[in-house]
Order: sequence, then structure tokens, then C-alpha cells
Amino acid sequence: MSITASPAPLSGGGARARRRRRTGRAMELLATIAALLAIALLLLVIGSVARRGAPALSVSFFTNVDAAFLQSGGGIENSIVGTLIMTGIATAMAVPVGVLLAIFNTEFAPPPLSAAIRMALNVLAGVPTIVIGVFISGLLVVGRGQSAVAASAALAIIMLPLIARSTEEVLLLVPTSLREGGMALGATRARTVLTVILPTSIGGIITATIVAVARAAGETAPIIFTSSIFANAVVTDPSQPMASIPYTIFTKSESPSASDQQQAWAAALVLISVVLLGSIIGRLLSIRTRRQIEQTR
Amino acid sequence: MSIDSPQPFTVPVRTRPRYGDLGLRAVAGSAAVVLVAVMAAIVYQVVREARSSIGQFGLGFLTDSQWNAVTDRFGALDLIWGTLVSSLLALLIAVPVAVAIGLYLSELAPAVLRTPVALMVELLAAIPSVVLGLWGILVMGPFLAEHIEPFLADHLGFIPLFSGTPSSHGLLPAAVVLTIMIIPIVASISRELFTSVPSDLKQGAMALGATRWEMVRSVAIPQVSGGLVAAIMLGFARAVGEAIAVSQVIGGTLNLGWSLFAPADTMAGRIASQSPGAATALQKSSLAYLAVILLVISLITNISAQLISGRIQRRMGIQR
Repeated sequence: MSITASPAPLSGGGARARRRRRTGRAMELLATIAALLAIALLLLVIGSVARRGAPALSVSFFTNVDAAFLQSGGGIENSIVGTLIMTGIATAMAVPVGVLLAIFNTEFAPPPLSAAIRMALNVLAGVPTIVIGVFISGLLVVGRGQSAVAASAALAIIMLPLIARSTEEVLLLVPTSLREGGMALGATRARTVLTVILPTSIGGIITATIVAVARAAGETAPIIFTSSIFANAVVTDPSQPMASIPYTIFTKSESPSASDQQQAWAAALVLISVVLLGSIIGRLLSIRTRRQIEQTR
Repeated sequence: MSIDSPQPFTVPVRTRPRYGDLGLRAVAGSAAVVLVAVMAAIVYQVVREARSSIGQFGLGFLTDSQWNAVTDRFGALDLIWGTLVSSLLALLIAVPVAVAIGLYLSELAPAVLRTPVALMVELLAAIPSVVLGLWGILVMGPFLAEHIEPFLADHLGFIPLFSGTPSSHGLLPAAVVLTIMIIPIVASISRELFTSVPSDLKQGAMALGATRWEMVRSVAIPQVSGGLVAAIMLGFARAVGEAIAVSQVIGGTLNLGWSLFAPADTMAGRIASQSPGAATALQKSSLAYLAVILLVISLITNISAQLISGRIQRRMGIQR
């Protein structure tokens, strides 16, 4: 900052001071407007979805499968079941690997290695999900056909960096005194991790999982490759492709039929409610976990 | 350790390896191996799928404007163009807004509002892209076509960007959707950056008589400019890689023109829209070639963004 600027604070009444004060206030106003704009966009999208989706919600929307071609009515029961199963399997694949990775990074890896792994996780998180779809399609779908498991594998790759990174953050919050306490009692490192560190940070791990599940439940790109040709019925066999809520929205959003569009809105309302609720709960829990762990210091 | 000890008793030194530790280390380490294997497999597999297209078209793929399943000739020029125009336009709109939000959250917002506002900005990122695309097709696209685009065409039509017939599918709606996706990413990184500026620097500027804006402009922003560049790169990478929402609103047409109103297509969008129905093996392989390009872009931007922010963290660490 230049030294020639008026040394007296801006309580003075000079024209220059007034101008500087006015610029400052204008900029602060613009920043506030920007924040309001983001909130307005969020409410606009949620409002649109709620207003158009709510009228189509009914019990039968949740208990019927998708209507046959050119027939109205129908629901998203098969999509809900498919999304639950596929994200469930993906979670079962991603959570153990992600948590172990975080443990390795915080407890065992020498600093250069853990820095490299952290970087690799960020890079993996940055790979476009459509590319992960292309990858899984070539690896698991070509020659074998589509399946819910293939979709889950793709979703698990998307979830892995999210879970590993936030678990690691929580593990790092665990105070050194707890770690040293475990060691001082003669426990091995492994025992300390399993009986002291993990129980302390379980809340954070659950939070990370919720956020990652919310993200995976809304993913469409990998589903296009892995689970887009399915029977119009509730499928529970994971070796078969299944309907899913995001894919249903995707196909129906491009349909010219008004009833399809209405169904897309209703399905979007269901999806957005679950995803936003998961994100909010995850976020609030993570604030709480952080506070709890900090209290143990 | 007991040899030089003056004590009469020797301390029992545990020589037996701690199998529990070794076991956990091995299991946890294998998770790291899984990570590396997955990443290597992604690169290997996607390149392998693209091999025949790479062999057929080589680097000419990047400069060829054809994408024709009938003649089996494929080039990515129009798609690269559509990707660049939509992503850069989105950045142009999103970055000032997002940086301003970061400033608001770190410098201006009253303490009670900070967490809820930050949470709402983050929730913007949590909206699934397919829902944003649905809103884009049925609400935002038609609104742009009926109200905004005619207005722009009437008043700014002499600029090639704003020429042409208004349409509900095209580059402009795609850029708007991408803007909504980028804002929360850049905003949350800039908030962290501005919060990390040492408060003695901020207070020093204020003590010299700077207004809050002058402090931000002359101290805070220069201090974090590298980090802002990294944030912008991450936002760009996100925009380039977005497939679903873009394919829903962009129209899926090859287009090398300047008009923002015209339907176009992006690399990611084309993979999403054509992969399920790819007619020939070469078309499938060419779609994988597009995925290779996306992969290269995402690797370069993500790694360099991390190198930049790593350097900044070290520098800030020394300064404090």
C-alpha cells in the first residue's frame, strides 16, 4: 500500500477521503450481493424443483415401477431400489479402502509418501466422472454386459477420495496426547489405532460417508455406461443392470411428453431432498465432531 | 541400550516384532496400493479403448471438424471449441462472483451469518448435475431464449457472440449451468485463502489508514493471488469435465461459430450423449479418445493447481 495515502484515517471530510470511503462501501455492497446471488440461485433451483415436482408426488409414485412406453402414471419404485442397492454396494467398497488409506497416511506413511498419496487423492477426485464411466465400461461392461455391480464400482471410485480425505482430516484432529497415552500404556500402534483413534473419530468417518453417499446417489455419468438398459421392474440382483433415480431424471428430462417431464421433476424433488439433507446433516455433524474432538485436548 | 547403562538391571528390550503393527501397516498400505492401481488402470484402460482412434486419426483428431458416424471419420475440433467457449464463459461469470463471496464470508459477514451462508454456498455444489440439467432444459433455457437472448441480440447484436437466433439449447445455457457449478468451488477456496491471510498484515494495512476494500485490494488479493489462480484452474477443470448437465442443455450439435445462442457440443457432453448408441467400433474408440483428452486436461490442471497451492502454503508457513 502506498505511503502517500492520507495518513489520517477516513474520519476526515476531504473529497478524496469521501471518494475512497464510497468506493469501499460500494465494493462491500457488491460482495454482499454476490453472496445473496449464490443463495438466490440455490433457492431458485430448489424452488423450481419443489413447485413442479410436488404435485406429482403420491404414494403410488413410490410404490409403482416406471410406466410402460406411451402410458402415463407409474412411479420410481424400481429407481429407488436401484439407487439404494448401487450406492450401498459402492459404500461397502469405498469406505474400508478410504478409511484404511487415511489410517496409512496419518499413522504409517513417511511424510513424503503421505504427501504423494494426498496429491493422488486430489487428482483422482478431479478426474471427470464421465471418464470414470468410460474406464469402467471398458473394464467391466464390454463382453460381460451392464450390471449394478459395475455401476457401484464406478461410484466407489468417485466416493473413495471424498471419504479418504475427510477421514484423514478427522484423524489428524485426534490429539497427540491420546496417541501417546495409548503408547505409554504399552499398547502397540495398531492397538492404539483400533481402540483409541478410530473410536474417537468414528463420528467424522460417518460424516464423510454420508457426504460421499449423497454425492454418489446423484451421479449420472457412470450410470450411462453401466446400468442404463434395465428391466421395467424392481431388480435386486446386483449382477443385473437396474434403474436409478438420476438416470430416470436424465432420460425423462429429454422427453417431450408432459407427463414424463412431470415425473422427472418429482424424481428430482426426491433426489434433491435426499442429497441436500445428507449434505446438511453431514456438514452439521462434522462441525460437532470437530468440537467434540477438540474438547478432548 | 543397556551396555553403557550404569544401572545394575538391564531394561528388557522388546525384540520380537510387533505383528499387530506390521499387520495393520500392511493392510492399510494395501489400500494405498489399491489407489495407485485404480489410477494407473484408469489411464491404461481409457488409452487402450482409444487406441484404434488414436492410430487412425493421430493428433489430426484435434484439428478436424468432422464427426461423422456414416463416413466413420471423427475429429474433435468443434467439440474442443464448444468446451472452451462454454467453460471460459462460465469462468468469466463465476470467478468475480465467487471471489466476492469468498471476501464476504471471510471479511464482511457477521459472525452469526458466516456458517449458514457458507453452508448454502456449499449446498449449491451438492445439487446433482442431472437436476441442474433438468432445470436448465425446462426452466432456464426457455427463459434465456424468450427474454435474455432477444434482449442481448437487440442491443449487442453487432458482437458476433450475441448474434444469431435465440434458442433454448446452446452455449449460453450450458455456460450458465457451468457457472452455477463453479461458483461454490472457487468461493470456498477463496474463502479459505482470504481467511489464511495473517491478520497482522490486514491490521497493518488498516492501521495505515486503508479502507477495508483498499486492504483487500492491496494486501489480501496480492497475498493469495497464486491460490486464486489454483482455484480458477480447479473451476476450469470442473467445467471442462462436466458431461450430464451440459449434454442436457447444449443441444448436441457440431458448431464452430461464435454465437452463444446456437446449439453446440462439448467433449464430455458428446461422450455422454453418444456412448450408449455408438454405431461403429471407431466411433466408440473416438469417444474414448475424447476421454483421453479430458483425462490429460484434468491431470494437468489438478496437478499444477496443487503444486501452486503447495508452494503458497510453504511460503505462508515461513512468513508466519
